[in-house]
Amino acid sequence: MSSSLAGSPHPYIPATEADRARMLERVGVTDLDALFADLPADLRDPAIELPPALTEPELIALLQERAATNAAPTRPSFLGAGAYRRSIPAIASHLTSRSEFVTAYTPYQPEISQGTLQSGFEFQSVVCELTGMDVANVGLYDVASATAEACLLAVRVTKRRAVALLEPIHPGTAEVVSTYARGAGLRVDSIATADAVSDEHACLVVQQPDFLGTIVDLEPLANVAHDRGALMVAVADPFALGMLKAPGDAGADIVTGEGRDLAGAPAFGGPSLGLFAAGLPYMRQMPGRIVGRTNELHGPEGGEGEPRTGYVLTLQAREQFIRRERATSNVSTAQALIALSFTIAVQALGPRGLRESAELCYQRAHDAARRIASLPGFDVPERGPWFQEFLVRGPIPASELAVRLSERGITAGFDVSDRAEPEAHNALMFCVTEATPDAHVDTLIEALTSIGDEA
Amino acid sequence: MTAPGLRSEDFGARLSFDRGETGRRAVDVPVWSGDATPLPDAHLLRDSVRLPEMSQGELVRYYTALSARNYGIDSGTYPLGSCTMKYNPKVNDLIASLPDFADAHPQSPVEEAQGTLRTLMELRQGLAEITGLPEVSLAPAAGAQGELAGVLMITRALEDRGELEQRRRILVPDSAHGTNPATAAMAGFTVTHLPTAEDGSLDRATIERELDETVAGVMVTVPNTLGLWENGIEEVAGLIHDAGAYLYADGANLNAIMGRIRYGDLGFDVAHLNLHKNFSTPHGGGGPGAGPVCCTEELAPYLPTPVLAEDDDGLVQLIAPERSIGRLQQFHGNVGVLLRAYAYMRALGLDGLRAVSGQAVLNANYLRVLLHGHYDLPYDRPVLHEVVFSGSRQRREHDVRTYDMAKRLIDHGFHPPTVYFPLIVEEALMIEPTETEPPEAIEALAEALIAIAEEAASDPDTLHGAPWTAPIRRLDETKAARRPVLRWDEVDPKLD
Repeated sequence: MSSSLAGSPHPYIPATEADRARMLERVGVTDLDALFADLPADLRDPAIELPPALTEPELIALLQERAATNAAPTRPSFLGAGAYRRSIPAIASHLTSRSEFVTAYTPYQPEISQGTLQSGFEFQSVVCELTGMDVANVGLYDVASATAEACLLAVRVTKRRAVALLEPIHPGTAEVVSTYARGAGLRVDSIATADAVSDEHACLVVQQPDFLGTIVDLEPLANVAHDRGALMVAVADPFALGMLKAPGDAGADIVTGEGRDLAGAPAFGGPSLGLFAAGLPYMRQMPGRIVGRTNELHGPEGGEGEPRTGYVLTLQAREQFIRRERATSNVSTAQALIALSFTIAVQALGPRGLRESAELCYQRAHDAARRIASLPGFDVPERGPWFQEFLVRGPIPASELAVRLSERGITAGFDVSDRAEPEAHNALMFCVTEATPDAHVDTLIEALTSIGDEA
Repeated sequence: MTAPGLRSEDFGARLSFDRGETGRRAVDVPVWSGDATPLPDAHLLRDSVRLPEMSQGELVRYYTALSARNYGIDSGTYPLGSCTMKYNPKVNDLIASLPDFADAHPQSPVEEAQGTLRTLMELRQGLAEITGLPEVSLAPAAGAQGELAGVLMITRALEDRGELEQRRRILVPDSAHGTNPATAAMAGFTVTHLPTAEDGSLDRATIERELDETVAGVMVTVPNTLGLWENGIEEVAGLIHDAGAYLYADGANLNAIMGRIRYGDLGFDVAHLNLHKNFSTPHGGGGPGAGPVCCTEELAPYLPTPVLAEDDDGLVQLIAPERSIGRLQQFHGNVGVLLRAYAYMRALGLDGLRAVSGQAVLNANYLRVLLHGHYDLPYDRPVLHEVVFSGSRQRREHDVRTYDMAKRLIDHGFHPPTVYFPLIVEEALMIEPTETEPPEAIEALAEALIAIAEEAASDPDTLHGAPWTAPIRRLDETKAARRPVLRWDEVDPKLD
């Protein structure tokens, strides 16, 4: 089915046969294989089974066909549980696809990387504003690995060997903290109330809103953590922070979060974006790259002009490529381009747009919940004020409710029925955001009504 | 064409926060017209948030101007050694952004994401073939996270063998990337550094001396960071296994050997790959990348969660291996990057991947020959994908450092190579052209570097002040670190 004329170069490899012949001659070898003479002969050129090469049109056709076997984006879905569909300003993806941003490496040469560096500084500023913290890095892999790094930071600072995670926390976050803790030889305690924090804990980790969607009053929790000499780590949804109190103003020492949903499509979970911000005392213990503001050593016009402002990667004595085994983290490449999209989206929304979007999300979710609660046989158990996710109990078991909705072309909320919290018993957790189409909510209400009628 | 204000104005002094005007906005938000629910208690809410107030056009111009102050592989040659900055095919971006892929929710039932999962399954099979390591997890978000996965897998395997308490050391060559020792430390091991021998390979006598019952593993980059084949690595693998330790491959330099030799066949137990290097996914100024980890059957039970497996109904499932080290992220990895890598693999096929490694190696050798005699070459022999020169002659004779010469290359229109790495080469200048540069570009790069070597003798001051044509001149990095200004504030910090 494929491919190009024999001897014609691949579009990604410019050298022609003639180029190659000329280059080989200059290098002083007869063929390409001679360049690999150091490799052990008996292991060279093994049999490798790969599917045949495709031309570009064939490739697009194959993957369009493949993509179409996913559920269509138009299918109503009420999944949240860590990933949320958002209305993202169109300029975010437009500007982020400029290839000067897309195809740059980590900004090791600041003179020709001010685009990446200055926008990294913008990102740090936005994250500090949203979280109420003093210092942010340019981003880590995702919220869970960022939270694990926060725990490691707390351990370095307090010299304690255990961390406490307050339930309900995202199970994925808890699991990643455990993965990182295993390497460091730390104990991870899952606790139901903050009273369980002891002087053995380096930090108390609290999710905001929590895994079941409830808005948490962080301040009393931070006080408990601090009373016991532990740091307070808040794992906050940056979109919800458009209306919720900044965790830094409620006593958090470190704030992490997931930036993916404000940066672009869910993309089956990744690329994600770990937000990481901390108080000033922890600046030199931060993981990851940090951009700092400085100025030219000498001004323009041969040094005659006033030195101009510029940005560089800084505080690098923390990092792996300098400190090696004594680095604060091994992180190198992270999620810079997603951070750029996040920055532009948040800045495009601006101070009012972010608040309006968060409140719109809140209103639409509550409206949907109210409609569901009014259906015969359905109940929306509340654990306190909540943001965009709510628990739904129907007249049939939760897993069966999900199946019945699926049969009607609707992806139900996340099944939380096996959790310990009493309100989660037999419940699905539905998510409605500012980006959920009205028609999807209507379809859901109709479907639940008919399922209720049948029960 | 230079965007207005790029060089004349002090562009960096004014952030988005300092631009625009109170009351402007870049997007509007629908107004809720239904029944209003009271907001939560005021003590749970914030008063305001400080963000820029700009119109849409202003914001677009600001970030467009910023993009013009950046240099990417699409701007020109980017021979950054060890980073494999090859051209990033645009069709890969198109595929990753197909709405059916991009909108897939990570909590979807697997039945609703088979298009994504089937594609990832085929990528996983391809990577297993290419590395000769049959089991793969695509979960790690980048190379360093893949390394952490690999080393934690070794931890778990030793735990199951009852030897974790005694095996507390990981051996790392002195030419290794900094992530290797940093990862070993994160996984709780102490690091022993192995010296490089005169031929540029690991010093065999030291390895034999160090290998004992306290060693958990050895992390080796193949080819190594000098761009050289690690001579006798397959025999070293035997020694390591005889000593009860595991051999880890840092796959950063896979571009040199794709389709030609495999980590598994050489005796490696576990390897990570950097798909944002050899599989052409764009680097984005610092990610997202992807760092799949590949391993032997023996280590498969320890792979990070999730791994992919096809069930009896032909559905691709996400599963947790039996003794998994656990999750590395909340979800399934940088899927958008993995889709791009799949498209790249399919566009090339085996012959294409072999053409990639062949041309990458030829290009590095061509550059080596063109520059021979103009710069010192501490390991003067044919190389694989990259070549490491030294600027020590220029430093000694003209007081010009590699740093200066790299900066001068910017004035010639090139991104500088990697400098001062590997640490074992004085004044290192580490150049990796990759296969996507045409011969003319390599010749032009060589001419520029030769002109700079001549300039080091004739006009060293021009080099000391370089670059002269970039949007900004050399920055005061010492001040940035000593008096850190890390965020915008209303009161503009005095930068004197």
